[in-house]
Amino acid sequence: MYNFKYKKVSSLDEAQQAFDAADDGTFMAGGMTLIPTMKQRLAMPSDVIDLGGIDGLSGISVDGGTVTVGAMTCHADVAASEGVQKAIPALAHLASLIGDPQVRNRGTIGGSIANNDPASDYPGALVGLSATVHTTKKKIAADDFFTDLFETALEEGELITKVTFPAPKIAAYRKFPNPASRYSVVGAFVAKTKDGIRVAITGAGPTVFRVSEMEQALTSSFNADAISNISVPADNLNGDLHATAEYRAHLIGVMVKRAISDCG
Amino acid sequence: MKISFTINGKQETGEVEPRTLLVEFIRYELGLTGTHVGCDTSQCGACTIHMNGRSVKACTLLAAQADGQDITTIEGVAPADGPLHPMQEAFRDNHGLQCGFCTPGMIMSALAMVERHNGEALDEQTIREELEGNLCRCTGYQGIVKAIEAGSKAMQGAPDVQF
Ligand SMILES: Cc1cc2nc3c(=O)[nH]c(=O)nc-3n(C[C@H](O)[C@H](O)[C@H](O)COP(=O)(O)OP(=O)(O)OC[C@H]3O[C@@H](n4cnc5c(N)ncnc54)[C@H](O)[C@@H]3O)c2cc1C
Ligand code: FES
Ligand code: FES
Repeated sequence: MYNFKYKKVSSLDEAQQAFDAADDGTFMAGGMTLIPTMKQRLAMPSDVIDLGGIDGLSGISVDGGTVTVGAMTCHADVAASEGVQKAIPALAHLASLIGDPQVRNRGTIGGSIANNDPASDYPGALVGLSATVHTTKKKIAADDFFTDLFETALEEGELITKVTFPAPKIAAYRKFPNPASRYSVVGAFVAKTKDGIRVAITGAGPTVFRVSEMEQALTSSFNADAISNISVPADNLNGDLHATAEYRAHLIGVMVKRAISDCG
Repeated sequence: MKISFTINGKQETGEVEPRTLLVEFIRYELGLTGTHVGCDTSQCGACTIHMNGRSVKACTLLAAQADGQDITTIEGVAPADGPLHPMQEAFRDNHGLQCGFCTPGMIMSALAMVERHNGEALDEQTIREELEGNLCRCTGYQGIVKAIEAGSKAMQGAPDVQF
């Protein structure tokens, strides 16, 4: 990788100042995407600003019906949290399916959603649960956060501080993992929330999306048969060496049905 | 830049470039060559070490990120001239290795697994699931899974064994 300047900051203000002072700065959480990307020279930041020393950016709290996850919280901590397991078991389960134990020990929710890899899992939970992303500049609904392939509503230098999830009545996540990387080929997050049913699909398209036709069908009758006749067109789905767009379209139906059965 | 951390109970200090990987520092500067580099792309787990008691891939960490942290490598699990750690012994007894390239990473992952399960003996399914981050090109995994099962049991009878 090309060389760069490294700075470990200890506050959000310091992170912002370091970013503003840099030619082409980037933040680093666990580095689980950033370091491999820099090794491949796909990213060549002038400055890497390590968020690892900022107190208060990691940690989980459960308060009434809301689960709050700090941006620097690693996947292993979300998966192992008794609070999350009780309030939103589907969220703990999703975190436990990400990559492998070593990746879960370093990868963070903030890094995962800022990167918005189309095959990542968290976007499914954020949109499926109608979560809110809190940043140094604003609060933004998950529905508006993930805008396109590797694109989000974050502006230059804007930092994610935490994500808040309202606990649903019931929810489940099912994914068809790539057998080598464990990234999702297709992931389906199904939730009965207080504002209605949500079906969020990750892995299949350029970015996470909802399937409103399935949501409506499940509102009238919440069981797997209700969506049997609904298919998502393959036109805008991803096709690559792992799976064709048509196969992904098929998997969406299968994964949603399995998630519905998990809801019991 | 200057970094300093504890590794296998010893304080070490060094001068690194920001782009120096932790695994490079451990192997080339400290001469601890038990930690291997199999893929350099975060997939194979041959470089697995413990940082603050958790398993991590040392090829996907900057040495700078380890500043001030507590690191254990395969060299730190048993004394150089003393008996093997029960988990190492179990790999030997159960045909848990052939060429041995993946073994240090396998053992560091196995020890982290036992730690995550509060020192309990592990069953086959748990081991297979949690070994996701480690690849072996020789054994077909059967011997490794058996070794970790046996190693986790042996650790029950050895309360003063670390991890
Ligand atoms: C082998 C492997 C397997 C994986 N498998 C899966 C999988 O199955 N499912 C899955 O979902 N993911 C998977 N991942 C991704 C992993 O879960 C990480 O979450 C992801 O790589 C992000 O890593 P990180 O948190 O360390 O962020 P970094 O790599 O440090 O940062 C990623 C990007 O986010 C930005 N960023 C980081 N934190 C913030 C913040 N607080 N605010 C604003 N921007 C920020 C950085 O500037 C950078 O651009 C896998 C990764 C690997 C290496
Ligand atoms: S060398 Fe680090 S994961 Fe393969
Ligand atoms: S024993 Fe050769 S790679 Fe595992």
